[in-house]
Amino acid sequence: MPLVRNGKIVDDLFIRILDDAVVPDDVAAIVPAARLLADAGEFVQRGGATGVLWPNDRNVSELAPHLGRLALVALVFPNFRDGRAYSQARILRERHHFRGELRATGQVLRDQFLLLYRAGFDAFEVSKPADAPAFIKAIERYSAFYQPAVDAPAPAFRRRSVKNFRSDQPVN
Amino acid sequence: MTAPSQQKLKVHGSVVVTANRLGDGAVVHWMAGGGWSAELGKAAVVTNAQAAKELLAAATADDVNAVGAYIAPVELNSDGVQPGNLRERIRVGGPTFDLPITFGI
Amino acid sequence: MYIYDDLDRRLVAERVDEFRDQVARRLSGELTEEEFKPLRLMNGVYLQLHAYMLRIAIPYGTLSSAQLRTLAQIARRYDRNYGHFTTRQNLQFNWIKLSDLPDVMADLASTGLHGMQTSGNCVRNITTDQWAGVATDEVEDPRIFAEILRQHSTMHPEFTYLPRKFKIAITAAPHDRAAVRVHDIGLRLHRNGAGETGFEVIVGGGLGRAPFVGKTIKPFLAKRDLLSYVEAILRVYNQYGRRDNIYKARIKILVHDMGAEKFAAEVDAEWLNIKDGALAIDPAFIDDIAGRFRYPRYEMVIDNPAALKRAQVTNPRFENWFKNAVSPHKAPGYSIVTLSLKPEGGPPGDATSEQMDRIADLADRYSFGEIRVGHEQNLVLPHVAQGDLPAIWAALDEIGVATPNVSLVSDIIACPGLDYCSLANTRSIPVAQELTRRFKSLDAQRAIGRLHINISGCINACGHHHVGHIGILGVEKNGQEFFQITLGGRADEKAELGTLLGPAVPYAEVADVIEDVVATYVELRERPDELFVETVKRLGVEPFKERVYAAR
Repeated sequence: MPLVRNGKIVDDLFIRILDDAVVPDDVAAIVPAARLLADAGEFVQRGGATGVLWPNDRNVSELAPHLGRLALVALVFPNFRDGRAYSQARILRERHHFRGELRATGQVLRDQFLLLYRAGFDAFEVSKPADAPAFIKAIERYSAFYQPAVDAPAPAFRRRSVKNFRSDQPVN
Repeated sequence: MTAPSQQKLKVHGSVVVTANRLGDGAVVHWMAGGGWSAELGKAAVVTNAQAAKELLAAATADDVNAVGAYIAPVELNSDGVQPGNLRERIRVGGPTFDLPITFGI
Repeated sequence: MYIYDDLDRRLVAERVDEFRDQVARRLSGELTEEEFKPLRLMNGVYLQLHAYMLRIAIPYGTLSSAQLRTLAQIARRYDRNYGHFTTRQNLQFNWIKLSDLPDVMADLASTGLHGMQTSGNCVRNITTDQWAGVATDEVEDPRIFAEILRQHSTMHPEFTYLPRKFKIAITAAPHDRAAVRVHDIGLRLHRNGAGETGFEVIVGGGLGRAPFVGKTIKPFLAKRDLLSYVEAILRVYNQYGRRDNIYKARIKILVHDMGAEKFAAEVDAEWLNIKDGALAIDPAFIDDIAGRFRYPRYEMVIDNPAALKRAQVTNPRFENWFKNAVSPHKAPGYSIVTLSLKPEGGPPGDATSEQMDRIADLADRYSFGEIRVGHEQNLVLPHVAQGDLPAIWAALDEIGVATPNVSLVSDIIACPGLDYCSLANTRSIPVAQELTRRFKSLDAQRAIGRLHINISGCINACGHHHVGHIGILGVEKNGQEFFQITLGGRADEKAELGTLLGPAVPYAEVADVIEDVVATYVELRERPDELFVETVKRLGVEPFKERVYAAR
């Protein structure tokens, strides 16, 4: 499964730790949410970067005290139609100012790249290999949006008052 | 008529597998040798749940030519294979009233 | 009319390109149906019994004449020469090919039309009063806020995969013509004690298999807070709405299960975090959006001109139509004209390409190029000078849209039913057609008075049967079509759900039963102007039940 990060197909430097497995000290690792919450201290002294896999039915505000020590938060789309993690992503970025890697996992498809990107994700575990090279095209398909989001914090109505969107030639 | 997606697989009498063609949505039926036909008369007709299940599995495997395959009842009479309920009669024969081109102007 | 600028046009054009690419990937097999279905739905494309159906957004029910001509042309070129206006102020084509759809979308885009927000689990087309901006009783033009919400919710990155569809309606008049109490969010623009205008926010209304009248969670919300508060509601819903059961996924279930007070508290907590952020609406923004609307330049004309009075006296057919289909307008000398798409024997809400073209011409000539679509599935010419009424009546009569039955018993709201819809259990259009034949006497209809019949062909309630004065719901029993009848529902400011009359009746008896119900009402009403719903409210359904079932 290819990983797209900051628009490029890259190697995944993080390993996934399942439940109670031992976490090697010097490798970047993604640990389950429950494990992080049970003993956050366990991860403070690690040599490698720590990330967390956060389920989509748990309030991300619980993560707030830990965010400063986390290099990565992975959010989950059990299927692409379950959109809870879009809200989690925006809350992490906009309210908690999380600046680390925000990774979309689960069923992550080409036709959702743009929404994910706008919600603040910068890394994508792409479900279908053929979708990965289409990433840039997908997020550049639109030249403007109405509403503010993580990618464009100013809403259209503020940008619009700058002249260039005004047209004197209505079509209808 | 209960929407076919909500139906349990119970087969009474004769059934076919029907779907809509991907490109234009037209009503099509799965044929005995595989593939789809717009003519109900060419559909593979089966009479028990096991055969129907196999037919549906074969039809569903083709996700490119037709969509939403399900098992639909048919009746066999002297004119051949006929739709087995109102829903299927409407699918094959169109709306039960004149289209609105005949109203207004 | 809201006038598109470069940003609006580009977004629609880019959407067409995206959809063209998605259709190509589906037709090649690169996308599975499971992956493609939400993408096509997000563009208004359903798969129905006979073909694909395309639903086109008509934001808050406002169309330009150019747009109506585009729709006529698409019906002619790609469909079967007619379209169907829906209860959500949209238009549907029933016979579209998927392979043609990218071209159809491109043609639609030429006049700013598209299928966004007409399906899928996103915020749907925002609806409002079809008389917005011209009604005599509104406090402000609700279209400005419908447009602000439309823009904000279009392709919203966070709320495109909500638990379920999400419908917002706005009214700005004491008489609610937008049914705001039966929407996911209903907004009632009104004036508070201090003279400021703002919104009463109602959530959790809806019909379908679990009907609810919405609950007010904010009696007065300042206009500056509209977007942030709606965003907070959507965010709470997106996180907590049920996703395990499609029938329990609407916000009404969340509000019901959580309780309106707790839900309101959750929304408030979320709102406090965002209310002073980027979504706060400043007056300049409202002015900017309002400035993008083109308002008619009304002539200085007087009420009741001589030409009108003459026609009223000399032409009884005109006078009957005038009294039925013409409503007061806020500008002196102007009227609002309703075009009935409910001819005797016709499918409710359908219009042919020829009718659409002619109506577009009439709008250009007599209504500043503007047409409205009402949730009752009729059209409106919103700015007609009263002196032009006799001429416009003659023209409308010629094309079959001047039946003087607006809001009368034959002005029936019906879903497409089993004749088109893949979800339906029974037909509904033929039931409506038969009823229009039973009640074809216009004198009798006028004597009966205002009476709304709503028909749904299944529990999903697209015909809004719960809020029909008489509601008819199709159910299947052993492969046969049966119909449950409810009485006393209403969708306006006194919104109420109808009460079940009794056991379901077979297809062949529905029209007889409705005739009996109406005859019972005429006998039992206290005075000729006691409305059907008022009689039912006063007496309950028992007297109707006795009469209907005693005879059967």
